[in-house]
Amino acid sequence: MDPVFFYLFALMTLSGALVTILRRNPIHCALGLIFSLLGVAGLFLLAAAEFLFAAQILLYIGGVMVLFLFVIMLIHLDVHTLLRPYSRLWPLALATTLALALELAWLIRHGLPQLPPARNPLPSPAPGNTEQIADSLFTTFVLPFEAASLLLLAAIVGAVWLARKKEAAS
Amino acid sequence: MPALAPNDLFTILPALLLSLFGCALLVLRFDSPSFPVLLLTAAEALAAAALWRQSGFLGLTGFSGAILIDSFGLLLNTVCLAAALLVAWGAYAHLARLGEDHPEFYSLLLLAQAGMFLMIAGTELITVFIGLELSGICLYTLTGFHRDNPRSSEAALKYVLLGAFSSGLLLYGFSLLYGLSGSTHYPVIARALASHSPSEPIILLAVVPLVLGLLFKVAAAPLHLWAPDAYDGAPTPATAFLATAGKAASFGLLLRLLVGPLHDLRPAWDGLILFAALASLTLGNLSALTQSSAKRLLAWSSIGHSGYLLLGLVAANRSGIEAILLYLLVYTLMTAGAFLLLAGLDREGITDFRGLLWRHPGVSLLLVILLVSLAGLPPTAGFIAKYTIFLSLLQAQKFALAVVAALYVAVSLYFYFRLLREIITPSGPTPPTLTLSTGWRAAVGLAALLSLTLGLYPEPILAWARSTLP
Repeated sequence: MDPVFFYLFALMTLSGALVTILRRNPIHCALGLIFSLLGVAGLFLLAAAEFLFAAQILLYIGGVMVLFLFVIMLIHLDVHTLLRPYSRLWPLALATTLALALELAWLIRHGLPQLPPARNPLPSPAPGNTEQIADSLFTTFVLPFEAASLLLLAAIVGAVWLARKKEAAS
Repeated sequence: MPALAPNDLFTILPALLLSLFGCALLVLRFDSPSFPVLLLTAAEALAAAALWRQSGFLGLTGFSGAILIDSFGLLLNTVCLAAALLVAWGAYAHLARLGEDHPEFYSLLLLAQAGMFLMIAGTELITVFIGLELSGICLYTLTGFHRDNPRSSEAALKYVLLGAFSSGLLLYGFSLLYGLSGSTHYPVIARALASHSPSEPIILLAVVPLVLGLLFKVAAAPLHLWAPDAYDGAPTPATAFLATAGKAASFGLLLRLLVGPLHDLRPAWDGLILFAALASLTLGNLSALTQSSAKRLLAWSSIGHSGYLLLGLVAANRSGIEAILLYLLVYTLMTAGAFLLLAGLDREGITDFRGLLWRHPGVSLLLVILLVSLAGLPPTAGFIAKYTIFLSLLQAQKFALAVVAALYVAVSLYFYFRLLREIITPSGPTPPTLTLSTGWRAAVGLAALLSLTLGLYPEPILAWARSTLP
C-alpha cells in the first residue's frame, strides 16, 4: 500500500508546485502551494514523522498560508501586472534550474551508493515520534526551548512598539 | 533522561534575573519617570552578584553542557553588564528629549543582555543561536526606537535585513557543523572535527559562512556596511549599547567557536580573519577622516576598533586572546562614554562642538579623556589596550602587521584631534547646549574616570584578562 500513497503524495506535491509557479492569479498560486504542502505533509506521515506532519498542517497550511491569502485579498493591487511568470530573468532561471538538475543527477549517480545505510530504516513505532521530540525538547534542549519563548516575547514587544503610533502611546 | 537540577538554574542565574526584571518592566507601570532606571539598576546589581557568586564555581556546566561557567565568559558578561548600566543611566534624559522615555527601552536592554549571556556562556550551537537572535531582535527594536524619526526606522530596517542575512549564513555553517559531528555541543564537535583536514571542501563550506556571519555581527569590514547607518540612525544611547555590548557579545561567540571547536582548523579561517582585520583598519580609519557628523565618525572608528580586536586573533597566541578581552573591556568604557556624551548634546555635527570648552569645561575635560583613550595615547586605558594587542603581534613575530596597525593609530589621531580642535576653538556662533541629568553625569563621568585610572594603574585589569585562560 505504501508505494501507492507515496506516488499519490509526490504527485500532489509536484502538481501543486507547478500550479504555484505557472498560474498568473496569486490566489491560484497560493491554493496550489497549499496543495503542494499537503502532499509534503503526507510524505512526512509516510516516513513515520507524525509530529512534522501535524506541524506542517498546523503551521504552514493553517497559519502561514491563511495569512498569505488574507494579505493577497486585502491588498487591492493589480497584481496581474506584477506577476509576470516569464520575466526577463528567464535565462538566469533556466541556467540555475539546469545546474540544479545536473547536480541532482550527479548526486544520484555517484553520491547515493557512497552514503552510509540508514541505521534504522523505519523508526520503531514504540515510543512515538511526537513523544521523542517532546522528551528532547524538555530535557536536552530545554534551555534553548525556553529561551525561544523569551525571543518571541522580545519580537512581539518590538513589533508592537514599532507599529504603534506615537499618539496612542502617550 | 537528565532532569532539571538546581545547578542548571544556577548556571543561567544572571540571565534569569535579567529576563525576569525585563518582563517586570513591561508590566509594572509607575508614574515616576526614574522608576525604570532604578529597577534596571537593581536588576544589574543582582546580576552582578550572581556573576560574582558564579566566579566561585568555575568549570561548572549546566543543561547537559549547554552552558559553561568560566572566567572568559564572566569577564565578557561583566563588560555587557557595565555597558547596559552606563547606557541606561545616560539614556533617560536623551530619550525624554526625544519624547520616547518609556520602560520598553530598559526592558529591551535587559532582554538583549540576557541573550548576550547565552551567547557568551553558551557552548551549544542552538543555545548560542537563540541567544544571538534574542539580543539581535532587541537591538533591532532599540535601533528603531525613535519612531518619529525616519532615519531611525531606516536604520532599523537595514539592520534587520542584513542581520537576518548574516544569521542565515551563520546558521548554514552551524547546520554543516552539526552534520559533520552529529552533535550541537562544542566539545563533541571539536572531537569530531579532529579527524578532518582544514582544506576539505566540506570544512571550508561550513567554516567560511560561519566566520562571515560572525564578522558581520562584530561589524568588521568588508561586512560592515550596515554599521555606520545603524549606528547613525539609532537613538544615541541605543548606539552606545549596540557598539559596545553588541560587539563584546559577538566577539565572545566568535572567540569561543574559533578558539574552541574550530581551533584545529585554523588554516581554514586564518586568512579571512587577517583580511577582515586589515580591511576594517583601513576602511574604518580612512572613512572616519572625511565624516562631518561626530556620530558617524565614532561609528566608523568603531569599525576600525574591530580591526584592532581581530588582530589579537591573528596573533594566534595566548596573549592575543587576553589582549582582545582587555581591549573589549576598555573599548566598552570609552565608546559607551563617547556616544553617551554625544547623547547629551543637542547636535551631532563636528563643527557643533566649537566652543564647548569655554561653555562646559568639565564636560569638555571628560570628552578629551575619552577621545585620547579612543586614539590610544598614554596615560589612558586605550593605550594599554592597543599596547597589549601590539605586544601579542610582536610575540608572534608578526612585525609587519604591528607596524601597519601602529600607522593606523596615527591616522586615527587626525580625526579624533579634529574633534578636539573644534572644542578648543573659542568662537562659537551658537555654542552647543547640553541636557545634563544626574544619571548622565554619573555614566559619562564614570566611563571617563575609569578610562583614565585604568590607564594609570592597569594592573587589576591586566591580571583579570590574564586569569581568563587556563
